[in-house]
Amino acid sequence: MTHLNEEQLTLAYYGEVAAESLRHVDHCAECKLQFERIKASLDSFPEYPVPERSDSYGRDVWLRLLPQLPVKSKRRRWLNWWTMAPAFASLVAIAFLAGMLTQRNRQIPAITAEARERVLLMAMSDHLERSQILLVELAHAAPGAGELKMERIRARDLITENQLLRDTARSAGDASRAALLDDLERVLLAVANGSATDGAADLDALKERIQGNDLLFRVRVTSANTRQEGRKL
Amino acid sequence: MEWTDSVAAEEARKGDQRAFGALVERHSRSVFRLAFRMTGNEQDAEDLVQETFLKAYKQLHRFDGRSAFGTWLYRIAANCSLDLIRARKNRAERQTSASSSETMDLLDQVAAPEPSPERLARSGQVAGLLKPALAQLTDLERTAFVLRHYEGCGIAEIASLLGVETNAAKHSVFRAVQKLRRALQPVAEVAQ
Repeated sequence: MTHLNEEQLTLAYYGEVAAESLRHVDHCAECKLQFERIKASLDSFPEYPVPERSDSYGRDVWLRLLPQLPVKSKRRRWLNWWTMAPAFASLVAIAFLAGMLTQRNRQIPAITAEARERVLLMAMSDHLERSQILLVELAHAAPGAGELKMERIRARDLITENQLLRDTARSAGDASRAALLDDLERVLLAVANGSATDGAADLDALKERIQGNDLLFRVRVTSANTRQEGRKL
Repeated sequence: MEWTDSVAAEEARKGDQRAFGALVERHSRSVFRLAFRMTGNEQDAEDLVQETFLKAYKQLHRFDGRSAFGTWLYRIAANCSLDLIRARKNRAERQTSASSSETMDLLDQVAAPEPSPERLARSGQVAGLLKPALAQLTDLERTAFVLRHYEGCGIAEIASLLGVETNAAKHSVFRAVQKLRRALQPVAEVAQ
């Protein structure tokens, strides 16, 4: 076998040559010497350190990315009963708990105050999360997105739930959540009642409302904090 | 829920954002590492991580599952990085015609046929020379070398990532090594 050239010897360092060539290097003094030189040189190449990222890096990237993701068209799925079931379930839970909190003179010993609060917080977080998805979709809707028919239906569903949660938060003295739900309700109402005749202007106005007052950011943060609080209980 | 890459990619393709989120959380670090090593700039690497995942999300319908999701994602990250490097180079070339003495000084240290070992050894930072030495390589050479030497990718994988023939990938790695040895060896010897 003929001697290996410099390129072949370099590739041999990375194990990128045929086994026969590697055997040749082992047995040929001349090639072995050249190979050792290349190996010493490549072994002495400096490391290329990469700046450390925190443990939550992947999660942070995802949270930054989420609002930028284009909305995939799977609108019809929102009409399916199994996708609506969680919304109805949380609506029932909220209505039940709201009734209990607003009629404090009634005692129901089977449920502790802590358990009640946990259910309420989780329902609130779930509601905010679904509202957030709707807001993100609207904020990134293309100008020719049409009449936003499905978004309006979803907004209508969220409004009833939002009103119950807002009243509950207010009666429980939770002013900051009540204020957020107030702001959210105004946008949900605008989505639900938007004009179907002037699509582009309607969408622009909605986007302005969503982006104003940092609503999307506040919804996202409050949803995460509420869920965390609920889990701690 | 613990998704495998292929299941998560399939679910994400159907429109499940949580599945795509799982993929982002799992692969962010490796994409950042590749982007940083290719660009040498932390902020550029951060931007490239976002760009890579955004592109991946938009092109999910093109992922056919024949290669691993990580390999497919790497290809996007490598191409995004190459695009950025090319754009930056074009900008720099336009600016160089006016004045960019600082950059040229740095590059001259490596480009000089006989770099002064004393001067370089005094800095005591052989590793610090890697970045400008890499900057002397062509885009293909640098990418192929980073993928082979630092990321441990095989030649076939590199060829696939860069969309070139295996022989072209091999030759790019060799040319990169040859240039880097020439640039770094005198300094390394003095440092030893």
